[in-house]
Amino acid sequence: MLTAQFLLLGAVLFCIGVYGVLARKNAVMVLMSIELILNSVNLNLLAFSVRHGSVDGNTFALYIIAIAAAEVGVGLAMVLLIYRNRRTIALDDLSEMKG
Amino acid sequence: MLAAEATAEVHASSGWFLEHAWVIPIIPAVAFALIIFFGKKMPMKGSEFGVASMLASLVLAVGAAWQWIQRVDGVAGAAHSAAEEGAHHAAPFVGPIIREWTWWQSGGFEFGIGQHIDGLALTLLVVVAFISSLVQIYSLEYLRGDRRYTHFFAALTLFSAGMLCMVLAPNMVQLILGWEIMGLCSFMLIGHWWEEEANSRAALKAFFTVRVGDMGLLIGTGILFFSANSWTQEHLGVSGFNISGLSAWAMSGAASQSALTWGAVALFVACIGKSGQFPLHTWLPDAMAGPTPVSSLLHSSTMVVAGVFLVGRLYPVFWEGMKIGDTNINFIVLIGGITIVIAALLAFVQHDIKKVLAYSTVSQLGYMMLGLGAGAWLPAIFHIFTHAFFKACLFLAAGSVSHSGSHHSFDMKKDMGGLAKKMPVTATTWIISTLALAGVFPLAGFFSKDEIIDNVGHNGYNAFMIVGLSGAFLTAAYMTRATYLTFFGEARGAAAGEHHDEHAAHDAHTDHGVHDAHVGHDTHAAHDDHDAHAAHGDHGPHESPKLITVPLMILAALALVAGLANATPFGSNWERFKKYVEPSSEYVVAESAVASGPGESIVLPAAEEGEKKEGCAVVAPEEGKVCYFPTVSHAKFKWSKAALSLVIVAFGLISSWLFCVQYYTRRNRRLVGLTERNVVLRGGYKVLWNKYYLDALYEKVIVRAVAYPISRAAYWFNQNVLDGIVNAAGKISRRVAGWVYRNIDQRVVDGAVNGSGAAARGTGGALRPVQSGKVNQYGALLFAAAAIGALILVIINT
Repeated sequence: MLTAQFLLLGAVLFCIGVYGVLARKNAVMVLMSIELILNSVNLNLLAFSVRHGSVDGNTFALYIIAIAAAEVGVGLAMVLLIYRNRRTIALDDLSEMKG
Repeated sequence: MLAAEATAEVHASSGWFLEHAWVIPIIPAVAFALIIFFGKKMPMKGSEFGVASMLASLVLAVGAAWQWIQRVDGVAGAAHSAAEEGAHHAAPFVGPIIREWTWWQSGGFEFGIGQHIDGLALTLLVVVAFISSLVQIYSLEYLRGDRRYTHFFAALTLFSAGMLCMVLAPNMVQLILGWEIMGLCSFMLIGHWWEEEANSRAALKAFFTVRVGDMGLLIGTGILFFSANSWTQEHLGVSGFNISGLSAWAMSGAASQSALTWGAVALFVACIGKSGQFPLHTWLPDAMAGPTPVSSLLHSSTMVVAGVFLVGRLYPVFWEGMKIGDTNINFIVLIGGITIVIAALLAFVQHDIKKVLAYSTVSQLGYMMLGLGAGAWLPAIFHIFTHAFFKACLFLAAGSVSHSGSHHSFDMKKDMGGLAKKMPVTATTWIISTLALAGVFPLAGFFSKDEIIDNVGHNGYNAFMIVGLSGAFLTAAYMTRATYLTFFGEARGAAAGEHHDEHAAHDAHTDHGVHDAHVGHDTHAAHDDHDAHAAHGDHGPHESPKLITVPLMILAALALVAGLANATPFGSNWERFKKYVEPSSEYVVAESAVASGPGESIVLPAAEEGEKKEGCAVVAPEEGKVCYFPTVSHAKFKWSKAALSLVIVAFGLISSWLFCVQYYTRRNRRLVGLTERNVVLRGGYKVLWNKYYLDALYEKVIVRAVAYPISRAAYWFNQNVLDGIVNAAGKISRRVAGWVYRNIDQRVVDGAVNGSGAAARGTGGALRPVQSGKVNQYGALLFAAAAIGALILVIINT
């Protein structure tokens, strides 16, 4: 069945995304990884939607795409500001905590 | 008893205003919120909300009153036509418009909120909305530029909301709600200028003294609820808080006498506190520390009648509890009688014009209580109605004097006198209201006060009729004294234009005669002299602006004519108040009254044979019927009886006037040694003077030798004994509070607070390493948590 392959692809994308979020030091790369995670979820939703023959999943995926666009806009703006202030976007350098 | 079958059914009309009377208190409540939140940003600092809301309430209240009149007329007209067919003559029962919604539920008890509209509620609604509107308009000018102008209007508006809420309460819970809102607003408004310690003390005293009485309100409500609840649930399907239910229960004959008596006594204690009755009247004169509009609205015409209203509202409970119909002395009458005399005597020794009015208010409230206690329900309620107008007018006139005439002083002896010429509108309105208060014939006070005295005697309370008559004499006398000191005689202190040097000698104009025209002339000349050589002549006494005088004129006009609303002397056609306000003492079929809706049917009772001897409160209603009001008898008006009280009032006015002229001017003459001046009097005045010379002498002896020591002693008793008790209670509570602070507050409460603080700090320290600031680490934690969550979900679901 095609669903299984869709789900598998989603899981692979999700894992790549998680790896990116955890391992990457570059803020832009982390944002891209988050996009991967979101899209893997979208893929899951669409797969189940097709399987059950309902449009709920499609609608939901559309919402997620819109929100993801907004989110990445905000994220990139923040990254831009951080770069202007600090001349770096390496996440390790951003921490000001003592703990 | 009535014949069994009903003869006619009448469609009692209703209307939008009657059905929606519950909106009336909501409007000022909303306005209060608006003033608090947006008042300071508004162009008129929030006062526009207050004035507009009061005018809106007034319109609704008048509309409701108009529809109520239609309703009563409709039923009465049908009853009249039935009477022509040989049916019966008594006033038919016109059901109140009761609507109730569940407010909240607790432990199986349901607390309702809503409206109970009948003649009594509408009377108070109209009076409160009307006086509130005028007082707010007056305050626009009186408090212009005040420090807390916005808050003043907020509190004034909230007060009106509370009073209106109480007046249309269908149950005791809502009544207590309104009652307490008023107590709070009274506190806030008395202490409006709290920077002066005396004012905040007065506010506290008022609050605490009334609170002492309020215990009675809670206890009484509790007693009545637990005694009446099962009966009212069974017969009328309402809770034991419901006012109609309580009334019917009290009249049913099924109620326990001791519950009724103790419930009524406890409730009356609350009325003693709120309505300034002896011995809890001490707060009311002190409450004059508040701004004058407050004194006018709260502490004379509306809030202090709340106690009287409560007695009138639950009258069946008091009637049965105090055995009003069967005795010739009871708790209410006794307290009312004592209050009349004690307060009136105290009014003689006051220097402060507002304190005179405060004691006068106490004394008049005593009349209302006397009337209610002696079965004169209608005259007492009518006295609330008339008293509101002339007493509000008197207070506002006193405020006008202090605002424009005496440089913010209220001291009659130091800063007033001779103001009649300079403030003609204020003086005229004051004098009209004074005459109305004294009970001079065609003015408002006559029709209500004389009716109270007459009915008190008619109902067998003869001793208290004499108390009432002597009270009428005292009222006339002390008001004349206040009038003389304020508006006649020579100008003193600020009234003469002095602000800085209080003791400047009046060398240029010390030769005042006793004749008023003469005095007026001299004062006028003195004023001119003063203007000629004083730099601050424009600060001298002058008439107040329109915003002050117009409310005064409206109120004075009502003080003139309000009595005609129930002019008993002119025959029963003039007794409109009786027709529309007094509840019927008919036996009513049990379910028809409380569950009234728009345009319900009223079953007119069948015809009766012969004179009706028994009625509600005499014979208990039969099964399936209830009573809502006792059968009260009305004294037949006789001019001979009225003449007696009129003569007494006239005697009080004239003797006091002569005494004042003699006493206060003579003091002046002694300074320059012109004692013979007495003899040099002109024309008719001389005749009048000689005619009453003996009266004046008698008055001087009595007042100097008897009344002054008595009133001083009463004042001493007031200041030392009664205040002592209050102070002792204060000291004890301070000690208790100290102990509570040391032991409970410091150890238990602070211990708990410190403990929770320490716990929070420990937890924070333990969790601190997690907050590394590294985004990847946060991400790892997040995913780990999500993974664990997913794992748990899987485990649970398999």
